[in-house]
Amino acid sequence: MQHLIILPVLLPLLTGVALLIHRGGALTLRRTANVLSTIALVVVGVLLVAESTDDAIRYYAVGDWQPPFGIILVLDRLSALMVMLTSVLALGSLLYACAGDDEQGSNFHGLFQLQLMGINGAFLTGDLFNLFVFFEVLLIASYALLMHGGGKARTHAGFHYVALNLLGSMLFLIALGILYGTMGTLNMADMSAVVTTLDTADLGLVKAGALLLLIVFGLKAAMLPLYFWLPRAYAAAPAPIAALFAIMTKVGIYSIIRVYTLIFGEQAGPLANLAQPWVWWLGLATLALGAIGVLSARDMRTQVAYLILVSVGTLLAGIGMHSEAALGALLYYLIHTTLVSGGLFLLVDAIAQQRGKAGARIVQSRTLAQPAILGLMFFAGAIAMAGLPPLSGAFGKAMLLQSATTAQQHWLWPILLGSGLASLIALSRTGSTIFWRASGEKTGVTLGPLRVTGTLMLISCAPLMVAFAGPITAFTQATAAQLLDRDAYVESIIARGDTGGDA
Amino acid sequence: MEALFATTTGILAASGLYLALRGRTFPVVVGLTLLSYAVNLFLFSTGGLTTDGAAVISDDASKYADPLPQALVLTAIVIGFAMTAFSVILAMRVRGDVGSDHVNGNRVDEPREDKS
Repeated sequence: MQHLIILPVLLPLLTGVALLIHRGGALTLRRTANVLSTIALVVVGVLLVAESTDDAIRYYAVGDWQPPFGIILVLDRLSALMVMLTSVLALGSLLYACAGDDEQGSNFHGLFQLQLMGINGAFLTGDLFNLFVFFEVLLIASYALLMHGGGKARTHAGFHYVALNLLGSMLFLIALGILYGTMGTLNMADMSAVVTTLDTADLGLVKAGALLLLIVFGLKAAMLPLYFWLPRAYAAAPAPIAALFAIMTKVGIYSIIRVYTLIFGEQAGPLANLAQPWVWWLGLATLALGAIGVLSARDMRTQVAYLILVSVGTLLAGIGMHSEAALGALLYYLIHTTLVSGGLFLLVDAIAQQRGKAGARIVQSRTLAQPAILGLMFFAGAIAMAGLPPLSGAFGKAMLLQSATTAQQHWLWPILLGSGLASLIALSRTGSTIFWRASGEKTGVTLGPLRVTGTLMLISCAPLMVAFAGPITAFTQATAAQLLDRDAYVESIIARGDTGGDA
Repeated sequence: MEALFATTTGILAASGLYLALRGRTFPVVVGLTLLSYAVNLFLFSTGGLTTDGAAVISDDASKYADPLPQALVLTAIVIGFAMTAFSVILAMRVRGDVGSDHVNGNRVDEPREDKS
């Protein structure tokens, strides 16, 4: 199946456009179309991961314009993994949304698919300008989805989010302009080859461009000075959308990994590894401040949003550690944190719906209608997020801690373990307030089967990732090895360019 | 020409940034628009400034303009235009929902005018 690589972009595009055209159609029909398309996406994701395990780097030249001239989509282990992760997360949040959240606006389903198209495209593309275009696609869908359902808080958080991201897009364009002006290409593999032969006079400019890119990706990933938009936007977004947004920060993380291992990686001469020291310190600071945020949150949604920040900090610190072992460990942690934090957003919304006026605030309130199932899921989710054994968070963190060198250990161990402790304290306070200090009769709606399935699907990845920790870590370690092997990547794209690839 | 081009871009960017940091939604939107003009000009110049050159390579290949930045600028203009339209609508929505055009939603020290 040579066209498989472009399916994660084409499939949501076609479904999304069809759903936008038939926005007035029967709700059941639109739901079915969306769910079927997302399930197909999961299948495509699994096939892509299976295809990528032979360590070959495949590319798809759109319109048969061969690299470095045409725009290509590249499939390697990392992009396959991210596409599959996106589709699984999307399926979980979509099932939850189909229980009623999608009725608040007519374009939910179409925008949802277009959002998936943008995310998948960003993971697959091998061209830096194309990355910008897919960023915009996913952003404009996210602007509309963030305000799905309307309301004061959402519009307000939405404006900040839009203004910040517009500024980010402009910085992205400036960075692209600088890099194109000095390197003469925007194909990532070609840039990686050109960067070794740069004129010394251009070095300063290229460095400025590269660091500008870091700011843009840092804004997407919510790195320290650029994260202040996140808690508010995520807390205001409707639950299924907030769950889907759990992958959006990872788009930033992915771009940082991709650009600073491939283009400005080990081989880049004077520009080698220029982002890693920045990412390391800012990641640690994000981690520390995120932990304080978790402790101080007075609302469950805000708390989960800060938990996302903690995980972003952990991932950034992992990138900053800059070793194959750390990269493999952080990819394992990335899968875990994306799915579990998505699940927690759904769970928190389900809990809030059964608490009457108290909603998501962490205060004493009535007994929940279904304390057992919600409590168990919250327990599992909290353990996984705080990083306690036996669930997946502990595995990811332990691998990350283990892969630190002695100098890095002095910083990473206390901060990472301390933030875990802070999350644990905050989550146990939340859990005991909600489940144990509740009084009064049970009210509120019980959870429908769709909501239970969606939430359970995402939360249950925590035990599943422990059960299959062997194969998953083998895959992530191989991914890390493939990422650091820059020559193989460049060769499989540029050298094969004249003989022709899949098209 | 380079100096004029650079100055124009710089002034546009500076004014855009200043306006984007203002407290009301309307200046912010105008500022973002100015910034996007500056960025478009900047992108346009990344292939080098050529006058009287063919758009794509000409027969004698002695003088031509780089076509790629032009394509990039076109894409950026289209995207920027859509985003500006969206932010204008959003700013109006904020005014309607929050009842204030202040980006932080502050109502203090705002002279109340008639909505007419």
